[in-house]
Amino acid sequence: MISEERYEFTATAKKRLIITLLVGVVLSVLGYFTLGSGDHGSGHGGDDHAEVVENGHGEEPYSAEEHGESDEHGEEEAHHGSSPSVKRLLSNLWINNVFFAGLAIIGVFFFAIQYASQAGWSAGLKRIPFAFGSWLPIAFVLMLVVFMVGGHDLFHWIHADLYAAEGGDDIVKGKAPYFFWPLEGGAFPLFWVGRLVIFFAVWYLLFRKLRSLAFSEDIEGGTTKWYKLRSTSAIFLVFFAVSSSMAAWDWIMSIDVHWFSTMFGWYAFASWWVAGLALSLFIVVMLKDKGLLSVVNENHIHDLGKFVFAFTIFWTYIWFSQFLLIYYAHIPEETVYFLDRWKDDHYAPVFYLNLIINFFFPFLVLMTRDAKRHTRILKVVCPAVVFGHWLDFYLMISPGTVGDNGGFGFLEIGLILVYVSAFLYVTFNALSKAPLFAKNHPMLKESLHHHI
Amino acid sequence: MSQGTNYVLGVYEDEDVLMDAITAVRESGVKIEEVYSPFPVHGIDDVLGYKRSWLSIAAFLFGITGTCLALTMMIGMMGIDWPMIIGGKDYIPIPSFIPVTFEMTVLLASFGMVGTFFVISNLKPWGKPRIYDIRITDDKHVMAIDLDRNDKSEADIKKVLQSSGASEVNNKKFD
Repeated sequence: MISEERYEFTATAKKRLIITLLVGVVLSVLGYFTLGSGDHGSGHGGDDHAEVVENGHGEEPYSAEEHGESDEHGEEEAHHGSSPSVKRLLSNLWINNVFFAGLAIIGVFFFAIQYASQAGWSAGLKRIPFAFGSWLPIAFVLMLVVFMVGGHDLFHWIHADLYAAEGGDDIVKGKAPYFFWPLEGGAFPLFWVGRLVIFFAVWYLLFRKLRSLAFSEDIEGGTTKWYKLRSTSAIFLVFFAVSSSMAAWDWIMSIDVHWFSTMFGWYAFASWWVAGLALSLFIVVMLKDKGLLSVVNENHIHDLGKFVFAFTIFWTYIWFSQFLLIYYAHIPEETVYFLDRWKDDHYAPVFYLNLIINFFFPFLVLMTRDAKRHTRILKVVCPAVVFGHWLDFYLMISPGTVGDNGGFGFLEIGLILVYVSAFLYVTFNALSKAPLFAKNHPMLKESLHHHI
Repeated sequence: MSQGTNYVLGVYEDEDVLMDAITAVRESGVKIEEVYSPFPVHGIDDVLGYKRSWLSIAAFLFGITGTCLALTMMIGMMGIDWPMIIGGKDYIPIPSFIPVTFEMTVLLASFGMVGTFFVISNLKPWGKPRIYDIRITDDKHVMAIDLDRNDKSEADIKKVLQSSGASEVNNKKFD
């Protein structure tokens, strides 16, 4: 009989996370106000840079550079009113909202996929990523608030003048139902907000259901709960397959509203998934260091490491598939996305760093068996991969929202610290509420004998 | 590696007996050349004291050869020897080369592994694969012990095998 283990969320751990959060707040406030007084505030021309195709300029996307520089001819409409620093703050909040909401749901996804595939090896560790799910309600509130407050600065499609019968934007008009249905284009984006609410509602309900089933298994034992968990997981996975893609279109792709990619849902999912796996592995390794998780040995860590390694390649594959087709076909309305990221002095370094930190580094370092079994290497690679995928989301969102007014400074670092510490606080709090692993899980014994 | 000619074979029915037998035989000082089993037995490498195989390093080297070959050929032919503009790209459009590079890496890695497999299992055209006991692909585990590489006498080795739970102990001679 295996005795159950509990994680104790100690006062010192809490204090450390809260101090990190406060440091983050101070840094971001500092960053925000130094932005306002800096020279960034005066240049309003750059705003439109990332939206090259807007306002009927779709025929001449190659004018990207000129357009940005010579953009002083009074195109400054009401909706570009917010100062660049406000926009940058909102953009960063949105990046973190999307990234951490993704991590939260990925934790539930990992848990569900273990049940649906009847995996035995992960029986001892699947509650660690599952605890991420507790962030979902917070993520929902944050997303809704940031959208309501800053939607106008983040999403070009929200502006009513695009849908005017005359002088509107034909491309965006065609997409109006996807945002506004059943209302008219330019009204309240009911369909968009409705999806946001429904996604979070269903995700959270299924998360709660899975959680209560898993915890009641601790008390009752047997296999009935396992079967129920499996069917609930299957329902969740079907819903997640659709909702994760649509969430990626809604929250990220619609920022560059004239552009679209059929790979995008997978691309965002792959980024979330590998970041979630790396974070899970990191927390598992940290808990092992504390002497917890006796049911997890280096074979399980090796398997999680293989997951990170494999999905690093998967992410690259998806990223490259999207990139290569656009690069090769060379259709102006598609290449504009990469012009703003790859051929832009401002974002080109991030573009290359994204590939290095998310592909070359984990691919080469995690290739050997020893690297995946030695926690010292994993403790370096996993945080790097998590940060790398934050950068990936930064690169998806920033060029479309702030263009050349974006950057990476105290504001970004501060907000990352705020979100990371809040996310970890919620996760550890959830972990401390229940035993770290399911002692009555029917496959725990199998997991103990896992050997690779 | 030259192979011996004179073997003693311990035949085992059950993999749990086999695992204990391997430990017992090794502790008695007998050197085991190889153990054959009809299915993978978990942990047998550790019990036999095998070092990690260098197969993965070989695969990596074969793969990186493919990477270099593909890039050298494409850059040399398309970019330097006879530069051509295709689809408005540069002379050396690295992104366009990636799929071919990837395929070449996979191809050479897999060819290399097949070749390595043929060589190490003596399946090369001029090689004569050795079959110690035909039942190793069916339902028996066989422990092969090379008499020429062991200091102990044949009778002693047979005694060790018998006491370790072997269902049969046979002799096998190769030319």
